[in-house]
Amino acid sequence: MKVITANFVTCAVKDCKTSAASFPLHFHDAELEMQEIDFQPEFIRNVIPRIDWEGLRVTANELGFPSLPDSKPEGKALEDERTLKDLHRLLLETQVMEGRLVCGNCGHQYAIKEGIANFLLPSHLV
Amino acid sequence: MDFLIRLAHCHFSFRQPELESLATLLEVDLEWVYYSDKSPYCIVKLPDEATARALVARSILAKDVYELWGQGSVYEELHADVRKRTASRWPDYEHRTFSFVVDSFLGKRSSGKKIEIIQSFAYTGFKGPIRMKDPQEKFWVMEEYEEDLSHRTVNLDQPHEPRMIFMGRYLGKSTRDAILKYDLKKRKYISTTSMEAELSLVTANMALAAPGKLFYDPFVGTGSFMVTAAHFGALSMGSDIDPRSFRGKEEENWGPPAVTHNFKQYGTESKFVEAFTSDLTNTPLRNVQFLDGIVCDPPYGVREGLRVLGTRSGKAIEPVIIDGVPAHYRPGYIPPKKPYGFEAMQRDVLGFAARSLVTNGRLAMWMPTAMDEMDLPLPMHPNLELISVSTQSFHNWARMLLTYRRLPEGEVSDTALARNKADDEGASADDLNEFRRKVCISNLKSCTSPS
Repeated sequence: MKVITANFVTCAVKDCKTSAASFPLHFHDAELEMQEIDFQPEFIRNVIPRIDWEGLRVTANELGFPSLPDSKPEGKALEDERTLKDLHRLLLETQVMEGRLVCGNCGHQYAIKEGIANFLLPSHLV
Repeated sequence: MDFLIRLAHCHFSFRQPELESLATLLEVDLEWVYYSDKSPYCIVKLPDEATARALVARSILAKDVYELWGQGSVYEELHADVRKRTASRWPDYEHRTFSFVVDSFLGKRSSGKKIEIIQSFAYTGFKGPIRMKDPQEKFWVMEEYEEDLSHRTVNLDQPHEPRMIFMGRYLGKSTRDAILKYDLKKRKYISTTSMEAELSLVTANMALAAPGKLFYDPFVGTGSFMVTAAHFGALSMGSDIDPRSFRGKEEENWGPPAVTHNFKQYGTESKFVEAFTSDLTNTPLRNVQFLDGIVCDPPYGVREGLRVLGTRSGKAIEPVIIDGVPAHYRPGYIPPKKPYGFEAMQRDVLGFAARSLVTNGRLAMWMPTAMDEMDLPLPMHPNLELISVSTQSFHNWARMLLTYRRLPEGEVSDTALARNKADDEGASADDLNEFRRKVCISNLKSCTSPS
């Protein structure tokens, strides 16, 4: 699972979706792998406005990345190549291969195996 | 300016929506001057030559594009039109190398007659030289004949005149070659339900796939739509309730998810974002507008019934602890699933699209239908505008590609005529899926895979 995806998911349990505590899901025992991907500045510029910045800061911190700026880059800051490359590295090149994603509201754990997160719920949570 | 586009003579109801989608993508106005499902030639107005080239360069169902130099129902009329439209420009082409091609649709010309036709343009004063290989300019004469079965089957030698003739200067070709590149026969990882290359590529065009965009397929399977969206530059994510579909069967030991092998084969690895396991009716995706496009072919259960998370009885199974670990956290746990109605799933897809697409983002969704249901109203959602309906027919069923646009906040579409069909009552896939019952069960012997 890539960091960008972690920013767009929350707990699949319906009652958790409305709870602020469910986002972002927290990485536990995460094993990271860096994967080189072509730098696509137009993509980063397009998705940054859709990213939950506070959530991304929490995730980056949990995965041991240096802290992100306090506020989301906007306007001119999105023209800065250094900023875009750093975000590209964090969002697209950082991959969690093994570990768990845990909901801060209900505590349910989603396993990540060989880079694939499993969001299927047992019947008592559907 | 008028341009002639030569179209592939197939998938008729997809041809105009595809070109209209590409005009939207390029943010240009496209006006239809002439179009008929019976003809491979159509004429459009576009702002300029560069736009015409760029538009057709992205098309799968167009073959190539020409600057229209003239048209007429007989040669006299054609020549008069060519004079009127282009006489002032002939000197520009006087010393350029050129070639002439005569292309006849549903008709045939002898080579002697073709030369005669080409020579009838001598008044343009082109000195050439004529060069068949890599000329600077290519001129095409395109004849469209009436589809007349009596001529074709009974009286082949009967002289038979075209009903319309066009003359144009070649500008550029489409990306129709991509159909060969993405041919399923040559693709590394496919399954029985992988969508064919041509219509997967068209689907990506309908949804306006382009560099910088983020796409998602909630029923990703072997990733046919992911790779075609990637062909046009979009990055994509996919999910499936059955991870084996995108990961590959365990015993085959694919290593990284099998879908990524397809990206590798096509050299588009950097467009692959993610594949994850999830059920759209219990999606982990947040309720935020973050997707530029959603492309999907929801499972309709001809082979396997449509299933979602839950139990058939509706009663939850209490968690069981094995060796101190809840069973649902143990490796190999498979959560219970229940049959689900096709109508309900379509509504869920539209609801999800309305929540997740950015303004003007698109949903391109396939929907199968039995022949006697072709006129039924279509699924709609107030936040989505139905842009086009394209149909591919088979012998006793058809499938439609429905393309929707996410409306800006404050605008709503008229859903008064929307499909409002409930799923049948029942607990098995056959009870719930009228399409499966009608097309497959009632006709078991001729039941073939739809894809």
